[in-house]
Amino acid sequence: METYYDPADLAKFSTIGEEAPELWQQFMAYYGAVFQEGALSAREKALIALAVAHTVQCPYCIEAYTQEALEKGSNQAQMTEAIHVAAAIRAGATLVHGVQMKNTANRLAF
Amino acid sequence: MNASVDTGSDRVSCLDALTGIQPFAEKIREAGCRPLKSNDPIRTLQVNIGKACNLRCRHCHVEAGAHRTESMSVDTMSCCLQVLADNEIPTLDITGGAPELNPNLLWLINGARSLGLHAMVRTNLAVLEIPEYAYLPEFYADCGVEINASLPYYSEKDTDRQRGPGVFTASIRMLSRLNKLGYAQAGGSLKLNLVYNPGGAYLPPAQQAVEADYRRVLLGQFGIRFNSLFTITNSPVGRFLTFLRDSGNLQRYMERLASAFNPATVNRVMCRDMLSVGWDGRLYDCDFNQMLGLQCLPAHIAEFSRVALQEREIVLGNHCYACTAGAGSSCGGAVV
Repeated sequence: METYYDPADLAKFSTIGEEAPELWQQFMAYYGAVFQEGALSAREKALIALAVAHTVQCPYCIEAYTQEALEKGSNQAQMTEAIHVAAAIRAGATLVHGVQMKNTANRLAF
Repeated sequence: MNASVDTGSDRVSCLDALTGIQPFAEKIREAGCRPLKSNDPIRTLQVNIGKACNLRCRHCHVEAGAHRTESMSVDTMSCCLQVLADNEIPTLDITGGAPELNPNLLWLINGARSLGLHAMVRTNLAVLEIPEYAYLPEFYADCGVEINASLPYYSEKDTDRQRGPGVFTASIRMLSRLNKLGYAQAGGSLKLNLVYNPGGAYLPPAQQAVEADYRRVLLGQFGIRFNSLFTITNSPVGRFLTFLRDSGNLQRYMERLASAFNPATVNRVMCRDMLSVGWDGRLYDCDFNQMLGLQCLPAHIAEFSRVALQEREIVLGNHCYACTAGAGSSCGGAVV
């Protein structure tokens, strides 16, 4: 069945660099540096990446960072809590925009 | 395919037949390490004294379990001790199965002790709660045996999923008991090491990082101390190979191992410093080769020849990618 997302396409990611190689190289250098052990551990960064992957709903990223989080020593309980953090922020962001709704409604109402 | 009817050569062939996986021997030749030879002298004799086990772990490369009957005899153990003594091999590493289920274990440890050897036992901990074997922790402590204990994760759910219901709780009880016997106490000589292995088809984390997590949780929640944590990569052999095939993970896992190949690990793999002995006395470069039937020459402990075995060429296969991925893997954990 044809789908927009094909797991095999992840291996073609580098072809994005074909038309703009300098930008691609800069992106890759930046990407690599971001995930180096730093003030945050590699395990913490993998959990953040996993949570963000869920908020941007990227199936490639979810698959890659599920494996990465496991390989950095996290278990499913920790990974599930990480995506709850992302979900809570998304939910909170949705609800806090309700203030905009209320401001507008109150302005229009008697 | 039914794993129970596979031969070792079937399994080697199955790994060789995967598409896109460069043969391991070719890979290390490119890295300038071919032929891979053992060091002289041999530092460790790793003796697998039987395949019987009280557990049936999902990753077990030995495919050990209660149904297995292979068990090393006193005669073969005697040959091993003779080789250790004659060749000044300092360390006897006892593995299985659950070594405790071999009725000759005490005889072997006492023999090693009388020779002044360093003896270590690889235990699953839970076996030591079986009343028949409950005296063994004190015996280990009295003999100064180093304990390498399997504990694949610091949580109950993850450990029990891999090793069976109740194993984590039993392991925690036994680790507490070993601590009380003097294991892993500050300034003491009794060593207690834990062994992590991944709960599926992925690589282990950085050893130092996950060791810190183990210490935090085991000390904080259970008051347990240990000396070191060893991370071991699951080798595509035995029951783990069956899991990889049945779950459709084999190709991807082998690609992961091969893509993580680290040339810096090659000179530090365990097969270079040890010799592995099967329950029937046959000789191998490592326990994984043992389960695949990839023998050394000479082929039996009774025919041991230091001249023939020193600087021997290691028998390689694509399963060797497991010991050279990332930080590498050995019975003593990461190698770089």
